[in-house]
Amino acid sequence: MNTVRGIFAALLLALTAVAVSPAGALAADSGVPVPSPAKAFKGEQCVEPVETMRREHMVYLKHQRDETLRDGIRGQKYGLNECIDCHATADPSIAGGKIRTLKPFCKECHAYAAVSIDCFACHSGKAQNDKTGSLLPNEKEEMADDLIRMVKAHTNAPAIGDKK
Amino acid sequence: MSDTTFNAARRRLLAGTAALAGISVAPGIRLISTAEAAVSGPASAKNRWGLLIDSNKCDAGCTECVTACKTEQGWTGNDRPESDPQWIRKVNLKDNKTGATASLPVMCQHCEHPPCVDVCPTGASMKREDGIVLVDKHICIGCRYCMMACPYKARSFVHEDVHNQKQHMPRGKGTVESCTLCVHRVDAGGTPACVEACTEKAGRDAMVFGDLNDPASEISKKLAKHVTTRLRADLGLEPGVHYSGI
Repeated sequence: MNTVRGIFAALLLALTAVAVSPAGALAADSGVPVPSPAKAFKGEQCVEPVETMRREHMVYLKHQRDETLRDGIRGQKYGLNECIDCHATADPSIAGGKIRTLKPFCKECHAYAAVSIDCFACHSGKAQNDKTGSLLPNEKEEMADDLIRMVKAHTNAPAIGDKK
Repeated sequence: MSDTTFNAARRRLLAGTAALAGISVAPGIRLISTAEAAVSGPASAKNRWGLLIDSNKCDAGCTECVTACKTEQGWTGNDRPESDPQWIRKVNLKDNKTGATASLPVMCQHCEHPPCVDVCPTGASMKREDGIVLVDKHICIGCRYCMMACPYKARSFVHEDVHNQKQHMPRGKGTVESCTLCVHRVDAGGTPACVEACTEKAGRDAMVFGDLNDPASEISKKLAKHVTTRLRADLGLEPGVHYSGI
């Protein structure tokens, strides 16, 4: 009986150790690149709590896009342009870091979850106030960027919640 | 008062209204949150947006309206006229008997009964309550039935990848697009870019934009005074774009 209890205690201890260890260490062990979406360009609070946004952002966007385009209701709070306002960030791999785009934010989790979205086939994820005139990298360059980032993720193993 | 000052005044008024609407009635209780107060629309059937184009004031050599549209909406193309999108074009007419010529811009005519909407298999081709005909590119599958149905050749298919789109005008390969009557400007109380350019850049004043349902609007007054035509009126589509002098 004592042996069984001992095994359970050890198991519990091991589980706790795993639970409290930084996610980065876990990622390094399993070799899975954990997404690290870029920190917002500005603002501390999104239009909804973070947990809600993580699960529901696509529902909000899809609902509002129809209201905007088809009904002409403008200025509601779930617009893609509002996403760009805060979440478009500069990244050295995109146009030399001279423009702010949504890619460092959106693509992280979408790539991780193998989600393929169409938004940016038509919408520019670029912040419009950057009047640099430089084009976004084309699709091939983007793919190369992703590859580089994935390799980096494997070697450096960045973790969720890591402070940059 | 120029359009710009009018818009600025309107914006200030709206901003003021928003601030008022955001006032709290008691600590912690707000009548309308500030985010909601800035909301405009929906488009209403009370309005019917339209254009009046005076071809007598239009010049065959002038393409300011086309340039303004390109700049505003970003359909600059790839120097391949066969496949490049074209939202607005200048058409030059000549009466072979008399030799008289006329020039006029032709864009989406924003029909009351748009055939492009009738034929669309997905519902992407649509008419707003206020009469503006648009393509909902979210659900456009690029079948191009609407292009074939349109008697004005107003719609274009995007054949090539598009980059650096305008924030107000998402465009992408594989969808159909056309003149939106600058819906983003109209919703903000402005006028379409072509109309603005005709007055301000070309100095011709050949285009008037306004509400056909409002008898007091400049366009309604002009339509009530002068005889105008609509292109292919025989089709009974009742376009929102009127022409005079042809």
